[in-house]
Amino acid sequence: MPRYGMVIDTLKCVGCSDCVIACKTENNIPEGYNRDWIVTEARGKFPTINMEIRTERCNHCSETPCVSCCPTGASHIHDVGGVVLVDHEKCIGCKACVEACPYDARYIHPDGYADKCTFCIHRVEKGLKPACVEVCPTYCMHFGDLDDPNSEVSKLLQSRKWHVNLPDAGTKPNIFYLV
Amino acid sequence: MNELLELTTTRNNPHVDPFMAMWEWQIPVYLFLGGLVAGMMIISGYFIFSGRHKESNCACFSIPFISLVFLSLGMFALFLDLAHKPYVWRLYTTFQIKSPMSWGAWILILVYPALIANIMMKPSLWMLRLYPKLSLWSGKVNQHPFFIKIIGISNMILGMMLGAYTGVLLSSMGSRPLWNTSLLWVLFLVSGLSAAAAFVHLFAKNKAESELLAKADNGFLVVELFVFVMIFLGFLSSARPHIEAAQLLLTGPYAPTFWVFVIGLGIVIPLIIQLLAVNHKIRHTAIAPIMVIVGGLVLRFIIVSAGQYSHWFNAHFH
Amino acid sequence: MNSISRRRFLKISGATVVTAAALAGASKTVVKAAESYSKPKGLQIIPSYCDLCFWKCGLLAYVKDGELWKLEGNPKDPLSNGRLCPRGTGGIGAYFDKDRLKSPLIRKNLRGEEKWIEVTWDEAFNYIADKMNKIKGQYGPEAMALFSHGIGGNFFKHLMRAYGTPNETAPSFAQCRGPREVGFELTFGDIVGSPERTDIENAKCIVLIGSHLGENMHNTQVQEFSRAVEKHASIIVVDPRFSVAASKAKYYLPIKPGTDMALLLAWMSVIVNEKLYDVEYVNKHGFGFEKFASEVSHYTPEWAYVETGIDPDIIRETAREMARYKPATLVHPGRHVTWYGDDAQRSRAIALLNALLGSWGRKGGFYIPYSFSIPKYPYPPYPEEKETVHNPDNKYPFATGEQISTGIREATITGKPYPIKGWFIYGTNLLQALPNQSETIKAIQNLDLMVVVDVVPSEIACWADVVLPESVYLERYDDLNASPFKEGFVGIRQPVIDSPNDQKPNWWMAKKLAEKLGLGHYFPWKDIEEYLDTRLKSAGLSLDELKKEGIIKGPSKPIYLEDGAEIEFATPSGKIEFYSTQLEQSGSDPVPKYTKHPEPPAGYFRLLFGRAPVHTFSKTQSNALLRDLFPENELWVNSDLAQRYGIKTGDKIKLKNQDGVISDPIKVRATERIRQDCVYMVHGFGQKSRQLRSTYKVGASDAELVTQYKTDPLMGGTGMNVNFVTFEMEV
Ligand SMILES: Nc1nc2c(c(=O)[nH]1)N[C@H]1C(S)=C(S)[C@@H](COP(=O)(O)OP(=O)(O)OC[C@H]3O[C@@H](n4cnc5c(=O)[nH]c(N)nc54)[C@H](O)[C@@H]3O)O[C@H]1N2
Ligand SMILES: Nc1nc2c(c(=O)[nH]1)N[C@H]1C(S)=C(S)[C@@H](COP(=O)(O)OP(=O)(O)OC[C@H]3O[C@@H](n4cnc5c(=O)[nH]c(N)nc54)[C@H](O)[C@@H]3O)O[C@H]1N2
Ligand code: SF4
Ligand code: SF4
Ligand code: SF4
Ligand code: SF4
Ligand code: SF4
Ligand SMILES: [Mo]
Repeated sequence: MPRYGMVIDTLKCVGCSDCVIACKTENNIPEGYNRDWIVTEARGKFPTINMEIRTERCNHCSETPCVSCCPTGASHIHDVGGVVLVDHEKCIGCKACVEACPYDARYIHPDGYADKCTFCIHRVEKGLKPACVEVCPTYCMHFGDLDDPNSEVSKLLQSRKWHVNLPDAGTKPNIFYLV
Repeated sequence: MNELLELTTTRNNPHVDPFMAMWEWQIPVYLFLGGLVAGMMIISGYFIFSGRHKESNCACFSIPFISLVFLSLGMFALFLDLAHKPYVWRLYTTFQIKSPMSWGAWILILVYPALIANIMMKPSLWMLRLYPKLSLWSGKVNQHPFFIKIIGISNMILGMMLGAYTGVLLSSMGSRPLWNTSLLWVLFLVSGLSAAAAFVHLFAKNKAESELLAKADNGFLVVELFVFVMIFLGFLSSARPHIEAAQLLLTGPYAPTFWVFVIGLGIVIPLIIQLLAVNHKIRHTAIAPIMVIVGGLVLRFIIVSAGQYSHWFNAHFH
Repeated sequence: MNSISRRRFLKISGATVVTAAALAGASKTVVKAAESYSKPKGLQIIPSYCDLCFWKCGLLAYVKDGELWKLEGNPKDPLSNGRLCPRGTGGIGAYFDKDRLKSPLIRKNLRGEEKWIEVTWDEAFNYIADKMNKIKGQYGPEAMALFSHGIGGNFFKHLMRAYGTPNETAPSFAQCRGPREVGFELTFGDIVGSPERTDIENAKCIVLIGSHLGENMHNTQVQEFSRAVEKHASIIVVDPRFSVAASKAKYYLPIKPGTDMALLLAWMSVIVNEKLYDVEYVNKHGFGFEKFASEVSHYTPEWAYVETGIDPDIIRETAREMARYKPATLVHPGRHVTWYGDDAQRSRAIALLNALLGSWGRKGGFYIPYSFSIPKYPYPPYPEEKETVHNPDNKYPFATGEQISTGIREATITGKPYPIKGWFIYGTNLLQALPNQSETIKAIQNLDLMVVVDVVPSEIACWADVVLPESVYLERYDDLNASPFKEGFVGIRQPVIDSPNDQKPNWWMAKKLAEKLGLGHYFPWKDIEEYLDTRLKSAGLSLDELKKEGIIKGPSKPIYLEDGAEIEFATPSGKIEFYSTQLEQSGSDPVPKYTKHPEPPAGYFRLLFGRAPVHTFSKTQSNALLRDLFPENELWVNSDLAQRYGIKTGDKIKLKNQDGVISDPIKVRATERIRQDCVYMVHGFGQKSRQLRSTYKVGASDAELVTQYKTDPLMGGTGMNVNFVTFEMEV
């Protein structure tokens, strides 16, 4: 069974938001809402500045507080790749999962259900890459099976230094940032 | 590493950014009413268990109906919070063992029969007028002292579960450091008990009960203070996010409300007033109980709001 | 700093109040109008090319059950490699734009009052033809001028030439890359061109002098830049602002604005004095090297330090770094280079630095581009033309290639050398693009006719007599794109969806108007498909195939000298002119010299501006998808400076420039990422067209504050980084 994840090269990302716009058009995200977003961290004093730019979204964690808190089973782990999904038909909009995610990766869709990144599972299951990965003009995003040692993502993790977001939150995120 | 100076994000989801504010007034109101009802159930159950129901003006006869109303109001608040209301029935087509909210939904299903059974012990006159048949049922309930014991015990147990659950609901959210303490359910349970004691005190007709409730309330308030101390000690000796979460209440933007309304007016001052009253230095008035009740409500608001504000954020910025 | 104050730094680039008008909602309203006829079911994927900027990337439009769904890059396209930039990806927002023009408009009251009468196309054309005939009768056809930016203007260019005027211009010369092209042409005898012939991908050392790649999203450049980063190219960024590119750089040089020439001269002196240049290349291709070398060798890094503020050791180190990787060192020529009025000379200095490194024509430097040559349409010859009006007496001796837009504006104001009485404006927002808005308005007041062809009621459209609503690029055919590039190719723009209202494509407008003007014989084709087919057939291609593929590539050719590509230096000497006799003859510096530019007076800061990745100039602010990501511009202020003035991130302030012009309120972004002597904002905001509701007065307009400009004596470019602003707190 694969474990899908992303490996994102922060050295290449320019923070252009193409990934955000691609997600919006691909998945018809309403105006004012984001499934993915860009974070820029700058440290230091002019002119000696260190800056990391990265694209963020649901980490499709291995430990999922958002799934375990869900009273209806709407938040669930998909059969394929450990992808964390929300079944809109089961969701009552109690917001528990939104609160439970330390990354604030979820929001309540104007239609009432909890929503977030799906890893574009509808594309992945057709053999395509997620829309954000496919569009990135700097080719800084990589998607694949973290459990397969021969996958591009695994190899990148072996060959480069990386970090994950909020490791102390105990969620075991599956998005890795190369530094 | 250099000091972090600028952090920008393009995310701008409603009620998520710039900080989490998903849960508004409905949740604290629900948590408060749930805690109050829980406390009242425990008190009523205890009175029944300890045989006080033999006194005809025992509070255990007025508590269950008020609880029923409050609980329904609380649940209505919760319902108002749901963003996908037509799907609410989904709560009851499944049981999610890891989800406190699912537990809560099912506990509530059990709480109602317990309260109704408690009501059946001595239905009000207006109920009998509306449904004359109730007298028959009530008669049956009262025939067996065993039933009565069960009612007392089940109200106590379900009250405990309800009260604890309101805290577990939040403390299970590892995502919000301020909620992330295993003592939160104790805090909410004790706070619920103290608010319930104060509330029942307000309408208790039985002098001895009143006195007992005031004394009990003092006990609860002392325990509540102690729990606060424990919680903060726990936070302050923990990692950065937890220290910062505690600081939100102790010295941060929520500190004035916390110190004045929760600790000062909600615990310490009513405790002093009630201590004086139970020692017959001053007369019992409604002031102290009302302060306790308001303090309990403010506590729920502040914990929900500051909790959402607290964040793991800094954890990887060292 | 504790977590709360840190969290306060969270800058949310979006309005906190959410307008939850889903895009889906928008699409519904548009679709309603078209519902009368049945829509095709299922998914159609139609190739075309992008028009969110002038790079012209190939795209694939996905249309699902007759509704526009999304745009992706066309994998066959060498410019995009199948990946559009954020603006291109957000292009469907142009189709859904709620503020779009719907029908032709004729002005009701005074110019600029934005009161209109909706008219039919026929009425609009009659009105225009009548005025144009009058102008021709009274002043001659040359009294009409065309301002046109983008390939969509091709048919209007043809129309105006047929009508008999030689005056046509675009803000992409004198307000953009003109000085660069002139500086390079003086040196190498050829221009850099668009797309730039920069081989960023293969460069081992890349020097960016204010080219903020990553914010400037010209697709190929950004893609290649990221590949270079991946390959650990040594990157040197020179910018008063810590740009995105700076965050990828090995060396970041926080230069004092306006002093780049000093840095360039010092770099060249180090390279010359330490004999680090490509001796063989310079000997073989260079002309006048000795004179050049003796002149530049005086500019020491220590001298440059005083001007630029850059550590002399760093200047030496970076010069050696460039030399280490030569000839695969690319000193990027920039694109928007109209900064200080000596821009052609600065560009020439960049060209010379590249010449020293031997990068012109080499892999990792400047490749030798070629295009798929497709014959022009065999039109009848144009009537004989008068002299152009933009550059009387050859005042700007090297204003070659394109005409100076401000020169035409000047002639419109003065009536000299002859009057200009009509402006036909296609796809350019002159109020945002030209410096000094009041001069533009003054010129407009002298006109007998002003026509604007646009897709939205832009600021310039406010001032028109007639506004013609164009179909957006997704709804029309345009001319073929056969840009010079690393590979020869031809791309097609074709409609992927119908126009929602009475909008029409440019070719249709040009043809109809030509008929009204009695110039119908200049448009012998029935429709544009016939035009395209004719052109393609003459190149041995078929329209049907191109429509299906979107892109057809030509046979490949070598593009580097080392691979046997041919290079020709079309200079008077036939060589790379280190010393320019042309310049000498015209009384200019044959070798670039340093000019000191005035610095901001106390309490004032130099106003700088640039690009945001999700916007194109002033033309995307009403696109809901793009606006959602970047709703308004912010004023970058150094944090220490902000602290001194008691302003913080999120505060709204106004700016006042040296001439007393006060901007609309703009949000402050206090940041360590900029020097203290300048402030910065993204260009294109603060628009004043009331009909453009979604973006009316949102943010501040840099264009409004650019009242001063310094004209380049060589070619008439307008240096615009010469304005100083101060903070107006009371908002
Ligand atoms: N102050 C200041 N001035 C500048 C610059 C700057 O940064 N600051 N940048 C300079 C540079 S580099 C350049 S290249 C120029 C660019 O200057 P312009 O090319 O004038 O750019 P825009 O301001 O985007 O104006 C484009 C206009 O075309 C319209 N339009 C968009 N799509 C279509 C279409 O399909 N058909 C038609 N008919 N119209 C359309 C838009 O609504 C808008 O009104 O500006 C220059 N001027
Ligand atoms: N997203 C997006 N991309 C675009 C465009 C767009 O509209 N949107 N427009 C395209 C067009 S037509 C053009 S011309 C280009 C323009 O883009 P570029 O040619 O890359 O950049 P400029 O607009 O000239 O300059 C902006 C940068 O120059 C720096 N700068 C300002 N003054 C000085 C100075 O005195 N010295 C130095 N060294 N640096 C200075 C600023 O801080 C800023 O980082 O972008 C192209 N790409
Ligand atoms: S599209 Fe790529 S480069 Fe652009 S912000 Fe997203 S991840 Fe970064
Ligand atoms: S990032 Fe948040 S929503 Fe996504 S799986 Fe992890 S905890 Fe759940
Ligand atoms: S909002 Fe929906 S998905 Fe989230 S916990 Fe509640 S029911 Fe589950
Ligand atoms: S994987 Fe798909 S859903 Fe997730 S952020 Fe990328 S485009 Fe959006
Ligand atoms: S660079 Fe971006 S906006 Fe310009 S043509 Fe390419 S995709 Fe379109
Ligand atoms: Mo430009």
